[in-house]
This record gives sequence, C-alpha cells and structure tokens, in this order.
Amino acid sequence: MNAGHLPILQVALPLIAAPLCVLLRRPAFAWAFTTLVSWALLAMSILLLIRVMADGVISYRLGGWAPPFGIEYRLDAVNCFVILVISAVAAVVTPYMRQSVAREITAPRHNLFYGVYLLALTGLLGIAATGDAFNIYVFMEISSLASYVLIGLGSSRRARAAAFQYLIMGTIGATFLLIGIGLLYMMTGTLNLADLSLRVAEVPDMRPIYAAFAFITIGVLIKLALFPLHIWLPNAYTHAPSAVSAFLAASATKVGAYVLLRFVFTLFGPEFSFERMPLMEILMPLSLIAILVGSGVAIFQHDLKRLFAYSSIGQIGYIALGISFASTSGLTGAIVHIFNHAMMKGGIFLALGCMMYRTGSVELSALHGLGRRMPFTMAALIIGGLGLVGVPLTSGFVSKWYLVQAALEADLWPVALLILLGSLVALIYVGRVIEAAYFRPPPPGAPAVREAPWQMLIPTWILLAASLYFGVHTDITVSVAERGAEMLLGLPA
Amino acid sequence: MSGGALILLALAIPIGGALLLWVVGRTPFLRNEVSLVTSCGLLAAVAALTPSVLAGARPAISLFEFAPGLAFAFEVEPLGMLFALLASFLWIVTTIYSISYLSANGEPHRTRFHICFALALASAVGIAFAGNMLTLFFFYEALTLCTYPLVAHSGTEEARRGARRYLAILLSTSIMLLLLAVLWTWVAVGTLDFRAGGILAGQVSESVMAVLLVLYVFGVGKAALMPFHGWLPAAMVAPAPVSALLHAVAVVKAGVFTIVKIALYIFGLDAIRDFASGEWLLYVAGATILIASLIALRQDNLKHRLAYSTVSQLSYVVLGVAIANAHAVMGASMHIAMHGFAKITLFFCAGAIYTAAGKTHISQLDGIGRRMPVTMGAFAVGALALIGLPPFAGAWSKYYLVLGSLDEGDYAVLAVLLVSSLLNALYFLPIVVRAFFPTGGEPRPVAGGIAEAPKLQLVAISITALGTVALFAYPQFLFDLLRPLVGM
Amino acid sequence: MDILTHFNYWAAIALATIGLYAVVARHNLIKKLIGLSLFQTAVFLLFITIGKVTGGTAPILDAAYSLYSNPLPHVLILTAIVVSVSTLAVGLALAIAIKRDYGTVEEDEIHDADSAAGTGGEE
Repeated sequence: MNAGHLPILQVALPLIAAPLCVLLRRPAFAWAFTTLVSWALLAMSILLLIRVMADGVISYRLGGWAPPFGIEYRLDAVNCFVILVISAVAAVVTPYMRQSVAREITAPRHNLFYGVYLLALTGLLGIAATGDAFNIYVFMEISSLASYVLIGLGSSRRARAAAFQYLIMGTIGATFLLIGIGLLYMMTGTLNLADLSLRVAEVPDMRPIYAAFAFITIGVLIKLALFPLHIWLPNAYTHAPSAVSAFLAASATKVGAYVLLRFVFTLFGPEFSFERMPLMEILMPLSLIAILVGSGVAIFQHDLKRLFAYSSIGQIGYIALGISFASTSGLTGAIVHIFNHAMMKGGIFLALGCMMYRTGSVELSALHGLGRRMPFTMAALIIGGLGLVGVPLTSGFVSKWYLVQAALEADLWPVALLILLGSLVALIYVGRVIEAAYFRPPPPGAPAVREAPWQMLIPTWILLAASLYFGVHTDITVSVAERGAEMLLGLPA
Repeated sequence: MSGGALILLALAIPIGGALLLWVVGRTPFLRNEVSLVTSCGLLAAVAALTPSVLAGARPAISLFEFAPGLAFAFEVEPLGMLFALLASFLWIVTTIYSISYLSANGEPHRTRFHICFALALASAVGIAFAGNMLTLFFFYEALTLCTYPLVAHSGTEEARRGARRYLAILLSTSIMLLLLAVLWTWVAVGTLDFRAGGILAGQVSESVMAVLLVLYVFGVGKAALMPFHGWLPAAMVAPAPVSALLHAVAVVKAGVFTIVKIALYIFGLDAIRDFASGEWLLYVAGATILIASLIALRQDNLKHRLAYSTVSQLSYVVLGVAIANAHAVMGASMHIAMHGFAKITLFFCAGAIYTAAGKTHISQLDGIGRRMPVTMGAFAVGALALIGLPPFAGAWSKYYLVLGSLDEGDYAVLAVLLVSSLLNALYFLPIVVRAFFPTGGEPRPVAGGIAEAPKLQLVAISITALGTVALFAYPQFLFDLLRPLVGM
Repeated sequence: MDILTHFNYWAAIALATIGLYAVVARHNLIKKLIGLSLFQTAVFLLFITIGKVTGGTAPILDAAYSLYSNPLPHVLILTAIVVSVSTLAVGLALAIAIKRDYGTVEEDEIHDADSAAGTGGEE
C-alpha cells in the first residue's frame, strides 16, 4: 500500500471500523478504538491536504475504472479542506465522548453508539471525497441515517421526536437531490461531476437542466438548514446528546455547504447558476433573513443548546450569503466561515456538554454564578460566543471581514450593514450568557459544582484555541479558502 | 533595545502582569505588589521610547499579516507617544489609589478587577501605538471588552444595566459604523496605514469622503460625541478608580485620540478643512460642548456631573480637529493630556469623598471641605484647570483652541469656547463653595467622625493635582513632542 | 411535450405528489412514513423508466442482441432502494420508540404532551 490510496482509505477506514467497533462490547474498548480511528483519519487528511496544495488535484479511480465510467474520487483544495475540518473535529470530539456519552446514554448501547458515529463520519467524509453525483447521494443518506440514530439516542423523549422530524425532512431533501441527479443523468448520460460539468455546459437551455438545478438546490438547502428549511435543526441540536450536537454542528451543515458549492460552481458553473438561474436573488435575501431571524430568535431562548442551535441558523446564513456573492472575497468568506464556525460552534457545544456533565442542565438559569465555579468551561463558552459576534482577534472576525468586503465590492452597502447588524444581534444573546455566568450570584442552596474533568476540557479548548489561533494567523485558512474560491469560480489560481 | 522590541515590551508588560495576577490571585499582598510593579514597568517601557520619538524617529514593528498588504503593525508617532505616556503614568497613580479604595470599601472580586485593569491598559497602549487602522480597531474593541467587567463590577442590577448600556452603545457604534468605515476605506483605497497627509485624499470622491467622515466620527463612540454619549454616564456605576482612569483618561481619550489620528492620517487636515460638507462636525462638537455642560448643571450625583463634564470636554478635542488648523490641532492634542490630569483628580476626589464620608451627591457636601481640606483643595484645583484658568493645565489647551478659531475667523466657535468656560465655572464652583462655605453658617455637622480619606488616596490625589500645575508651568515638553504633528 | 410519450413522468409526478401530500398532511407518524416511501418509490420509477430503450432487451453481451436498455439506472436504483428500506427501518424504529415514550404516534398528541411537559417545545 502506498500513499496513492489515501483518498479511498479516508472513507473506507471508518466504514470498516464501524462494524468492528460494534463487536467490541466493552464501552472503553469501543471508545479507544474509535479515538484511534479518528486520529488516523486526521493524519491522513493532513497528508492529503499537503499533497493537494503541492501537486494540485488528485484523481483516484475506484477499482481502477477510468472516469467517467468508473467512480472517481477527486480531491482539490476545497474538499481536502472540508475533509480536514471534519476529521479534525472528529479527532477532537471523539476523546471527549467517553465521559459525556457515559453520562448521557445508557450503558448497553455504547458500542452501538460508536459504531453509528463512525458510520456518520464515513458518510460525511465520503460526500466530501467523491467526484460522483450518485455517490454524493448515497453518502449523504449514510451520514443522515446515522445522524437520525445519534440524535434519537438523546436522553429526553423529545430526542426521538426531533430525530423523526429530521428523518422526514432529511429524506425529502435527499430524494430531491436524487431527482435532480436523475434528471442530469437523463440529459447527459454521466454521473461524474467533472464530466457532468462539461456536458451540462453543452445543453444549458434545456428544461430538465433547470428542473435538476432547482431540485438539487432545494434538496441541499434542506441539509444545510438555510432559512426557511431549517426547522429540523433547533430540535435536533437541542435534544441530541451533547457530544453529538457538537459533532453535527461542526460537521454536518458544513458538508451541506460544501455540496452546495460543488453543485452550484463546479457542476452547473457560476455562469449558469447566477446568470441563467436567479440563485443570487434567491440565496441572498434568504441568507440575510436567516442571519437576522436566526440570531433574533436565539435571543429569546432559555435553553442554551437551543439558543446556540438558532445561532447556527444565523451563522449558516453567513455561509450562504458568502456563496451568493459569487465573487472571490464572498466565497473566501464562506469557505473560511465553514471552518471557523465549525471550530467555534463545536467548541461551544462541547462546553455546554461540560456544563451538562456537572450541573445536569443547560438552562440559562443554571449558568448563574458558574463563572467562578467552572472558570475554564465558562471562559470557553465566552470565547466561542465572542467569536460568533465576530470580535476582532477571533476567527469570526476574519469571516465577517471578507463577507463585508465582498458586499462592499459588489456595491451592496445595505447588505454590509445587515451583516454587521447580525453581529450586534449575536452580541445580545452572547451578552445574556456572559451576564448570567459572571454577574449573577448562584441561587441560594445551589449544589456545589466542580470544574469539568480535564478529558472534556482539553478537547473543548483545542477547538476554541484553534478558533483564536486562526483569528490571528489568517494566512493558513485564508490562503486555502482563496485558492478554493478561485478554483470554484474557474479563475486561474 | 530597539524601538520595535520596546513597543512589544510595553504591550507585554500589562498582559504579563494580568497573567501573574491570575496566578497569585488569592494573596492580597502580592496582588497589590504585582499591580504596582507592572504599572511602573509599563511607564518605564513607554518612557524609554520617548527620547527617540522626540528626536524624530518613528519606531515601528510589524507582526503578522491579516490579509495581503494589511499587517498587524505598530508605529509610534508623537500623538500616540503622548497618549501612552499619559495613560501609563496615570495608571501608577491610579493603582496606588485603588489599592486603598478597594480595601477601604470592601469591594469584592479584587483579582478580577486588577486583571481587567491591566488588560485595559494593554489595550490603551495598543491603541496608542497602532500602526494602521485595523490594529487600532482591534485594540479599540479589546478596550471595550476589558472594561465591561469593570463597569459591571459590583454585580448589582443597576451595575448590570449600566454595563449593558455601556457595551451596547460602544460595540454597536464601533461595529455598525467604524468597522464599516474601515472596510470601506480598505476596499476603496487598498491600504489602512496611517500616513501623514491622509490616505483618502484624491482616492475617493468628495461624497464618499463625506459619508466616511460621518461613519468614522460617530463610529468612534468612545469620543462620546452626542448623540452617542449615553454610555459614559452609564459607566459611572463602576468603582471610582475605574471612572477615574478609564472613563476620564484611557477609554475616552482613546476615543478622541482615534479621531485626531483618523483626521491627521486617514483624511489629512487639508482635506478636512477644505471640505465643504465637513462643517457639520463643528456644529456637532459645539452643540455637544454646550448641551453636555447644561446637562451637567442639573446633575446632583457628583460622578454624573463629572461624566457630563467629560462629554463636554471631549468635544473640545473634536472641535479642534474640526477647525483643522495647526493651532487648533495643537490645542486639541494638548487637551488630551491636560483634561486627563484635571479630570482624574476630580474623580479621585469623588471616590475619596465616597470612601471617607459615603457621600455621592453634591447636595450632601455642605461643609465637607472643613473635614477633608486636602481632597476638596485638590478638587478646586481640578475644577479651575477645567475652567481653563491659569496657573493650571487647561489654560494652554484652551488658549491654542482660541488661537485656532481666531486663525479661521470663526467667531461662533470662539463664542462656544467662552460660553462653555462660563458653564464650566457654573457647574464646578458651587461645589467648591458649598464644601468650604456651607450656606447658613455651619448647619448640622456632617455626620460625626468624617475625617480625611486614607493616606494612599491623598497621595494619589496630590500627585495628579500637582500634575495639573506642572503641566501649566512646563508645557515645553508637550510642544516639542507635538510640534511635528502640525508642522509648527 | 406530448403527454402520452412522457406518461412515465406523469405517473412519477402523480405518485410523488401523493406521497409528499401524505407526509405533510397526515399526523400519524406511520402514515407519514408510508407517504415518504411512496415519494421515494416514485423517484425510483422515474429513474428506471428513463433507462428503458424501446425494443431493447436486457444488456447481455451476445451477438444476437444489438439493442439493449441502459442498465446503469437499474443498478443505481438498487442502491437507492437499499437506502430507502434503511430509512424506513430507522423511521419505524423511531416511531416505536416514540410510541413507547409518549404512548402515541399521533404528531399533534406528541406536541401536546411536549407543551404540557414544559417550555422549549416544537417550533
């Protein structure tokens, strides 16, 4: 075996590990095994990104069949970056799971939990790695089915209801995607994305292509949870086990954003999507509404997980907004925000998991006085929150910088103002959290609370430290994102 | 040691001090020691930079690139030097003062207090030495965030409400207006460096420049230009040392400093002066001066009166910038230092009165001068300095502002300056008179047992009060430092 | 567009609409799942019929046959059917869990139970 098989290994490893994990009946073994797998995945994704940045696109032929007939895994700057984000999040969240899962999920199911989690990981990595449209559908369903199960494992009965709701919406979305892919296949006779993009360009004015575009866009927007297709998200994130919320918030919607980028830019091409189809006119208002409404609703939440779930809807709005500009700065902002938001929101949900672990609640009122009793957890929560606001020196600022720049370059200063207004709205809900944690006394008779165990704190802080680091050292994230943006727009790199 | 290294040292000292404070946390003795040593260290580092800046050098250092062509960079120029010297010198005095204040009033969370204070100073120094608008913006926001816990310090409902208002106004103006202006400048010009003569001139149309001026001036909410001044009175719920150093010196001066800096290095003075639609700035500044003074007249709470007086005095600086000639800008820059010394004295006195007598309102101060002669004496000095009477500091800056307005032949501005001096006298002198010569002879002696404030507080008060005299007597240093700024 | 030559589209659209209607309009979770399956099956039908070539046979490599249908859609749909069955299985499993937890599989009753139990219910 040589490094040449890395692209498939990235997907096959968790797929093979999942059933093996189920066979390990002891929770500790299953956890240790999953952790090892996730670290191996991270190592491989770093290698892949280094190779792609150095040598350009890697094309891997599955089973040796040449594209467009065989399935091709095609890795460029954009999806390598996405793969890196997913595996990095997994590598950080998995070690955290041991305590959190032990507390929130009843014992006999632990090996099953880790098995399903590995399947979810397989699906997400597969979506990112593959260069085949139908493969995207299959992997999306693998990851979604696994996520329904993971969410349904939450301790409250509402978790089951939330998972069911997500299952219905998710399946409709995926089936829409399937219709779109079917129509494309009908018109072109190919499923390979690179090949599709060439052939779609030959027949852009056919009605089925329009229909395919519409079906695919809507299907993906459901996965992405862009307003108004977001209603599954708050319930799912609120009632899922803490570690699952963190993992899904950091990875699942991000992959949705990636699929949108891939279809809109690589497959249909910016010219088709934005000039023949009114994607900008649809996406931009929806994103702006998502930013304001998502953050606005978050202000009124008392359950912190729900609060930050609504905040996710707003943040997804930023990503979609960046895509809607179809310009280098806009796409750079969107891609950077995919990464930055993954770090921040993942870290926040992990911190909430720490809080859940010690206090058994994530209500806003349970925060009172925790600033002194769980200083590290609370500091993590605050740093993540400030990142969501986009305070300078956090990575959230970097994303917003590029988004506002894109708006100003496009002479859309009202949009720029609305982006900044979104930050202010975010400030209100983050401000409530800060005030509750630091400036309100604990209720009399509150049980003594200790700081969360270090095994949970370290992963939390790794994600948030990353979000701070990349707020200062922007060259790494931004250069990858810029390269990806130029590639998606078809500009010479 | 090179200039660049000294800049980093000046930033690292307060940050390191904050870390150390966090470590020694629970031992009160070490906590005070560390705070004192840190503040002295900061002054030493800043002072070490002064000779080279006086000699015309511009020490600079660039750290990392935020975007291509946009680095996180520092450069020391005279105005920043002045601001950094002012903040770091007064920090030492405030530390002495606050050690005594906190223990005498039994304030909780003292470690958090000192840590946030140190971080606020680091941010102020960062603002002073920022080499471009982006770096300045970073530290500007950091300063807001570090001072928020200080305002909310006591954790009462009132403090939380005040702090919320503080944060809301400062952050919303800076994000909605200032950040937009910064980004707009970046997109339009492609640089955010501070350059003598400005970077906008000739690059953008006059109408864009007019909009940018609005965004910049109101975006710097810390300058407390009306109608975005409401955060300053709200911040008065903070303990006295915070009001003294931060809300009379570091934070508010950071605001007007930023405005002067933007005027000099982003727009360029010529652009502002020649600029037909820029006249509104004069009116806004003038109106703020007068309206804030009138509001101050009606305040019975001593700290609130001082806060509105600050709002009014800050607009002197903005006014100087709006006049935009050499004399006026010289006056404006000097006023940053002069008002700093005078106002910190007044706030120290307010805190001392609260510590010694528990009084917060002016109507309670009848005859208190007999019991606290040093405190009220210093109060009189600070008040006279703000009115602009010799031999106290404020006289010079007002003199130059008047010169500046005469240069332009703008008698309305002159009238504003004179009327406002009168108003200053009207709202300050009654306090002094009341304290020393209570109406109707000596009424019921103010609750028995009031004596002078603790010694350390008196030391601090005396230093700053003497400082206002010294600044009047030896202004040469300020002239030398600021001369290159305005090409005099 | 001729309705008769494209009758396979119309059949698929009709089935898909019926299925989606059931998902949206029915409150019973099981009926929702049935609707969902119908919707998916309609799409499978669309795929399979577009692979058909008039007069073609199964794709067997033999000199006797020259015209054969496109086998790829069939293979794809085989995969999609597996996905659909798994979705149904997970959905039913969740429905059973919901029945156990709530004592009902009617959506409005679940909603009522949640709002009765406290804050933070459904959208």
